[in-house]
Amino acid sequence: MKLIGEKGVRAILLGIAFSALSALLLIALFIMSEGLPFMFRYGLKGFLFSSEWQPQAGKFGIFPMVVASLWVTLGAMAIGAPLGVAGAVFLTEFVPRAVMRVVKPTIELLAGIPSVVYGFIGVIVLAPLIRGHLGGPGLSVLAGSVVLGIMILPTVISISIDSILAVPQSYREGSLALGATTWQTVHMVTVKAARSGIIASIILAMGRAIGETMAVIMVAGNAVKIPHSPLDSVRTLTANIALEMGFATGLHRQALFATGVVLFLVIMILNVLAGLAIRKRVGKK
Amino acid sequence: MFRRCAILFTSVSLFLLSGCENAKVSFTLAGSTAFQPFAEKLAEQYMATHKNVNITVQGGGSAVGIQSALSGAAQIGMADLVTLPEEAKALTATVVARDGIAVVVNPANKVVGLTTQQIRDIFNGKVKNWKEVGGANAPITVVSREAGSGTRSSFEQIIRDITLTKDALIQDSNGTIRETVANDANAVGYLSHGMLNDKIKAVKVDGQVCTTESILGGKYLLVRPIYLLVKGEASLEIKGFIDYILSVEGQQTIKTSGLIPAK
Repeated sequence: MKLIGEKGVRAILLGIAFSALSALLLIALFIMSEGLPFMFRYGLKGFLFSSEWQPQAGKFGIFPMVVASLWVTLGAMAIGAPLGVAGAVFLTEFVPRAVMRVVKPTIELLAGIPSVVYGFIGVIVLAPLIRGHLGGPGLSVLAGSVVLGIMILPTVISISIDSILAVPQSYREGSLALGATTWQTVHMVTVKAARSGIIASIILAMGRAIGETMAVIMVAGNAVKIPHSPLDSVRTLTANIALEMGFATGLHRQALFATGVVLFLVIMILNVLAGLAIRKRVGKK
Repeated sequence: MFRRCAILFTSVSLFLLSGCENAKVSFTLAGSTAFQPFAEKLAEQYMATHKNVNITVQGGGSAVGIQSALSGAAQIGMADLVTLPEEAKALTATVVARDGIAVVVNPANKVVGLTTQQIRDIFNGKVKNWKEVGGANAPITVVSREAGSGTRSSFEQIIRDITLTKDALIQDSNGTIRETVANDANAVGYLSHGMLNDKIKAVKVDGQVCTTESILGGKYLLVRPIYLLVKGEASLEIKGFIDYILSVEGQQTIKTSGLIPAK
């Protein structure tokens, strides 16, 4: 196979790498070209801060959806982040390494479950539970947050475990040598040292939660209103796009693309923050 | 090395080429979720006797059906609307069935019937508690469809003057509305008469039950036709399928599955 040679292989690999990058760039350009003109023509303030979403009447205010996405994501973080970090700490510091080596891949399997299955379980099990014991329609912010919280657990746990394992053993040994207990070492030294990696995992999980569509459509109720309690039904930005994209035309369609631009920007910002946090961890050493 | 590549290449291409069957004609139906299960059944029956045709059925709602037929994404659009909108004028519409819209509540709900005005008030959000219409003292959970749904457009067009309350839950198909109402004792929704089962209860509308007899007799209010929409000249296979649905056999299947025949 000397036909291709060194330079040829390099060119092929470069082409493949660029094709992946250019796919991403093309998607970004397409969304922007459809969505940005609409945002400027309609008015940014009216688009982002008006509560009237009535496409037939030409009103495209996505404020209820923005608030809904925020509430559902924050709820998911409130459930997923503490459980995830605590789980990661437990698996690395309080359990034999062999057990962790079995449990970690099992948790990563959770990441492979399709989101529609999570949504299905949410509809059949979680929503009736919420409706029966807490009131409201059951399909609510709370249901969405719980389902999303469980969905982001693998991300948080996996990356946090890697960050905690990356803390040099000398830190732990030094702390224990100074007389600290295991728990004191864990929360005052190890976790503090792994802090940026753990924060990166949380930010990445947040990106996943904001972008989740199928599970949220199934369990959050999709009512276009600003929620006043976790038991209210809401529609997130992603659900809005998925529900209406099939039949939207003209201005309506552009408004949905503009919603996509908003989501795109938010997730880009979150990923950049996560990247900065990870770089800080590498820099620290 | 070369021999290994050659064997790999041949086996992969054979594997891929095996997907090409002998010049099968494929076409897609897309749109109304009310007609979708029946379209799937009819397609299955048609494909059993016509081996050279491959039919795929998708949902998405009547507006998706119209858009798909116009854009060519689907060869046949399914729409269950009382009146077809402006953009559908460019398509050839054939009525293949008729369908009633049942207003449904949970079987545990005491309410047996509602008037048109009560239905209007419930879906507008003016009436918020079941006790105002003869039920238990519990808040009403209104469940509706997304804006592009033919069932929703027909429902709102026949009942008239409905501005859906902001508190309404939105589901994306007839099937998910059925599940939501079946799981929530205080829910009220509407769906195709053909999708009724014992998990939900249809209430009387203005004293009329939602059955095939009352729909055929013209007594039940919420009825709409189901259109199949084709752009331009229908190909032989598409025409064959539509003719099959309109034939005695197809209409019999429609009747036994719970829908109303076209005539």
